[in-house]
Amino acid sequence: MDYIDMHAHMVSRTTDDYEQMALAGCRAVTEPAFWAGFDRRSAEAFADYFHELLTFEPSRAARFGIQHYTWLCLNPKEGEDRAMARRVLPMIPPLLAHPTVLGIGEIGLNRVTRNELATFRDHVSMALEHDQMILIHTPHLEDKYKGTRVIVDTLAADSRIDRKRVIVDHVEEHTVDMVLSEGFWAGITLYPTTKCSPARAVDIIEMYGDERIYAASACDWGRSAPLAVPRFIMELRRRGHDEAFIQKIVLDNPRQFLEQNPKFHLSADRVSVALNA
Amino acid sequence: MPNIHMDRYHQTCPMSQQALIDEFFIEHRVHILEIAAFLDRLDRASDQNATQEFRNRALRQAVAELTSDEPGRVERVQMLLSDQDIRLLEERDQQNAWGAAPGQNGVPS
Repeated sequence: MDYIDMHAHMVSRTTDDYEQMALAGCRAVTEPAFWAGFDRRSAEAFADYFHELLTFEPSRAARFGIQHYTWLCLNPKEGEDRAMARRVLPMIPPLLAHPTVLGIGEIGLNRVTRNELATFRDHVSMALEHDQMILIHTPHLEDKYKGTRVIVDTLAADSRIDRKRVIVDHVEEHTVDMVLSEGFWAGITLYPTTKCSPARAVDIIEMYGDERIYAASACDWGRSAPLAVPRFIMELRRRGHDEAFIQKIVLDNPRQFLEQNPKFHLSADRVSVALNA
Repeated sequence: MPNIHMDRYHQTCPMSQQALIDEFFIEHRVHILEIAAFLDRLDRASDQNATQEFRNRALRQAVAELTSDEPGRVERVQMLLSDQDIRLLEERDQQNAWGAAPGQNGVPS
């Protein structure tokens, strides 16, 4: 089945992963800017990273007929460093007109600190100033609940926010309701240990419905699976859900969200994508 | 604590109980054995130096929740393993999360 992986850190993955994803039905990936596994030591490192996201990855993906889009930011893991944020954020607006940039992300919180929240607010202001969609990372493990609560409350207090253009990502059973009930989109992340299994992701969708929600691999340099979405599709089939329902979650919903940005256009076929690589 | 709405529970899974057991029992059997074995391994550890450690305590509280007859077990386990104090940290203490919250739910840090 064709699908869109809404969250994949392909800079950390091999070209073989692109091939496997294409074979499994992946039509497009969107790649948020994120943490490299260590705090970058200079603003110039971010400039190089953004360049990679805008040039090398779209080209590498296109060879397999996969369209590659990206989101730009200084990620929440490095949001504590306010001096670095002040140097990196001004690099972003000139890149927003690039044809594969969808918006600002993945911004958010990590350990839920004062500085992280200040950097998050700076990103939100930048997104609003430039009329950008927003992709939000919510914290890990024991920090998930409090971080999601702070993020949702912060956004809900800002009347300028168009909630249907905001994804709050990495929802789990204890946070999905607060995201959906406030009118935001919710992303479920399919991880082997630290987020949702395919089975639990299906549970969430069975219980909370199929509107404004999707599941993504968020594959990166850690324990993660670039074929997580096809495994999620298999789990939906095992649970007795029909093909139209499955397609809505893995293709139609992502497309509905992404097409709010006129730069996103799902090509009619993979051949044209590959030929333009 | 998140509220569990019964309309989210009532027949929202399209499979029957019997079909769920037939299809999925084995793969959940292994999960419960893994937890049982981990608890035994903690008992057999060469040094019993973490009996009150917050993750050890949180895990045992979570396991107890599994035997509840009330709907919403996974949400309650998630909250047992969550920091429910939503005050901001003054500064970042570390990059990575622990998996359970020190000092949460009566669990000592």
